[in-house]
Amino acid sequence: MIPAAFQYSKAGSVREAVAQLREAGPEAKVIAGGQSLIPLLRLRLSQPSHLVDVNGVRELDYVHPEGDHLRVGAMTRHSTLARSELVQRHLPLLAEMAAQVGDPQIRARGTLGGVFAHADAAGDYPTLAVMLDATIVTDRRRVAARDFFQHLFTTALAEDELVCEVVFPMAPGPHRYIKFRRRLYDWAIVGAAVQKMDSGWRVGLTHVGPTAVRAAAVESRLQAGASFTEAASAAADGLEPPSDVRASADYRRHLAQVLTRRALEQAA
Amino acid sequence: MGQTLRVTVNGEARSDEVEPRLLLVHYLRETCGLTGTHVGCDTSQCGACTVLLDGAAVKSCNMLALQADGAEITTIEGLAPEGGLHPLQTAFWENHGLQCGYCTPGFIMAAAALLAENHDPSDEEIGRGLEGNLCRCTGYVNIRKAVKAAAQAMREGAAAPIGG
Repeated sequence: MIPAAFQYSKAGSVREAVAQLREAGPEAKVIAGGQSLIPLLRLRLSQPSHLVDVNGVRELDYVHPEGDHLRVGAMTRHSTLARSELVQRHLPLLAEMAAQVGDPQIRARGTLGGVFAHADAAGDYPTLAVMLDATIVTDRRRVAARDFFQHLFTTALAEDELVCEVVFPMAPGPHRYIKFRRRLYDWAIVGAAVQKMDSGWRVGLTHVGPTAVRAAAVESRLQAGASFTEAASAAADGLEPPSDVRASADYRRHLAQVLTRRALEQAA
Repeated sequence: MGQTLRVTVNGEARSDEVEPRLLLVHYLRETCGLTGTHVGCDTSQCGACTVLLDGAAVKSCNMLALQADGAEITTIEGLAPEGGLHPLQTAFWENHGLQCGYCTPGFIMAAAALLAENHDPSDEEIGRGLEGNLCRCTGYVNIRKAVKAAAQAMREGAAAPIGG
């Protein structure tokens, strides 16, 4: 399958990328790793007029610890995150998620920033960002993760705005991400992430709605001293998960509870 | 509306005018004539189109050709010197790591990337390393055997038999 025709330009810096996006107009798109975008182009579900390639923006490929936060550049690839000693030391849950994205070929190309800008409901990193109150830094502003993800494939980004960095709080404590899928390389049918912080547990869910969800009911039950089983039974509270060819909404509610309990048990 | 692509394919420096929408796999097959890289699923799942991009295994159906500008690409044709076989190719042959053979170039390229990092992978590591590749015939048992045999041959520094 052949994508529809488009113009193509390469950016070498954030400034160049934004200038090229502005010049190319509202139908232009950024291409980072392209591991989600290129399949959409081939199926012609996406037909941008122009692609601005940011793979040459090397200034956005980094992992910087700073105080009690970890700053990760948008062009950092999954394979780099999975192996990074800094990530493993300061936010091992991010490395654990990175190692489970797609397959080795996809991890060699796909990027952190691409996952945020694409905002697939089944993306893994958005769950971590929402549950830990991460901040998305663009070329012009800082946006809280809970405000960044608005709906399916829809973010707070303007048409000419570029994701540059994600700032996560450091969290070296017990953690687990369990991604339920039929095939190893597949998207999560449902995923559950848990992270023990000094202030208590944080719990997040993947693919139980149009955007990642923080399971506040589970967190507050844990805070009140509930067992993992009792707390996890609240994981489906208030959810309106999608029904699709992979799973019904009811099954997703069931998975949210089971996977949350397992993640808590395996992390502790 | 072509743009210039400068890329090294199997050691040969090339310069071609290509359309932005040309996928790397079609560039390799149609422009370079290297048809050993297969198009399997066209949905970036099967891995039959796997090639090495600066040493990393990537799916060439999931990249624009222009994104390989300045890179070094190795396809199945460039894995061993002309007329010879790479230890992985020998091992797939000897261990019957294929039936129809359509997925084989992709498996071999993905395995080459795996063995470059891990000289003695366990069964589980081979499974994880090849999770981006699908085979609908063999059931993977002989593929795993072949990768183990190739790893051993490479550790022992066995020279590839030339001329077969």
